[in-house]
Amino acid sequence: MTTEPAPTPRRGARPRPDGRRARLGQLRLAFFDTAGAGGALFPLGLAFGLLVSQAGLDWWWATIFTAVVYAGSLEFILVGLVLVAAPLSTIALTSLVVNVRHVFYALSFPIQRVRPGLGKLYSAYAMTDEAYAITTGRPRENWTGTRIIGVQVLCQLYWVLGATVGALAGNRLDLHLPGLEFTLTALFVVLAIEAFRARRDMPTAIIALLAGLIGIALSPEHMLPIAMSLLTAGLLVRFWMRTRRAQPTPHADHLQEER
Amino acid sequence: MIDPGYLLATVLVAGGITFALRAVPLLAVAPLRRSAAVRYLAEELPAGIMIVLVLYCLRDLDVTTLSPALPTLIALNVTIALQLWKHNALLSIFAGTAVNVVLLSTALPA
Repeated sequence: MTTEPAPTPRRGARPRPDGRRARLGQLRLAFFDTAGAGGALFPLGLAFGLLVSQAGLDWWWATIFTAVVYAGSLEFILVGLVLVAAPLSTIALTSLVVNVRHVFYALSFPIQRVRPGLGKLYSAYAMTDEAYAITTGRPRENWTGTRIIGVQVLCQLYWVLGATVGALAGNRLDLHLPGLEFTLTALFVVLAIEAFRARRDMPTAIIALLAGLIGIALSPEHMLPIAMSLLTAGLLVRFWMRTRRAQPTPHADHLQEER
Repeated sequence: MIDPGYLLATVLVAGGITFALRAVPLLAVAPLRRSAAVRYLAEELPAGIMIVLVLYCLRDLDVTTLSPALPTLIALNVTIALQLWKHNALLSIFAGTAVNVVLLSTALPA
């Protein structure tokens, strides 16, 4: 970092918390925040770029995919879909069911710290699994708007760079690695294990497993929307049963009052 | 060669839907938070969705004939075992993928 002298503040004037110095400090924090989960995005991006080049696409499609869509797991799926020339309706439906989980991120992502404007729009656009995990994983940290956006920009930078480098390398070296698409399977396996470990909720795991197997049995092609609907319905039934059990019936209430 | 127009449409459709899913609920956070059913789904869905997505990736795996499915099954076990043992996401993902690629390109070509 350069050591240019800070503009001399007027005597007695306090440095504003959103001054340039403070903002640099926040960005430095963001850099360390992204060292773990964010750092994994670069090698994952490399694998994605390689997959794009193997699909026979020009390398810059890897850059466009990662820069515009910016939802890692969906992008891996998209490459598989465009290879079989899936209709746009399938692509829309797949995007919807794969990313519907982001709806629930809104409940706890600290976006209210970001000032309204372009920054807030970007922050919503870049609310990925990683950005969500980093910010909500440590709720006691002081998450300023600058720091949140810094985390998101850095994560996207690692991802886009990784994908671009991977695709370029794949094109140049004419690499063909059969079975590379397993990266996506492994990614979901890891995320599933970690999500399960966080709550250790066996019924949900079983409902999901059944929903997936029924979806495959009914139609491998439309497995995703079928399984997601079954999963949501199953969970709602479970929620409904639980609240019914937890709330005493009006009749029981009445009896209690009489006692 | 895949039609660039189709690719561009794919990127825009997927990107637009993803952005909408992330941005629109932010406009209605308060009512969403008040709903007990939404809070329940927010807690339970992520793990469930990941399990469904694993099965989605394996949807074309033909387990009735073992030998073509073998590399994937071995790689799957490597990833699961490593994740349970070491808790290192990157290690589990790349070791499993490496095993799959090596098996498919040498010992057990599909």
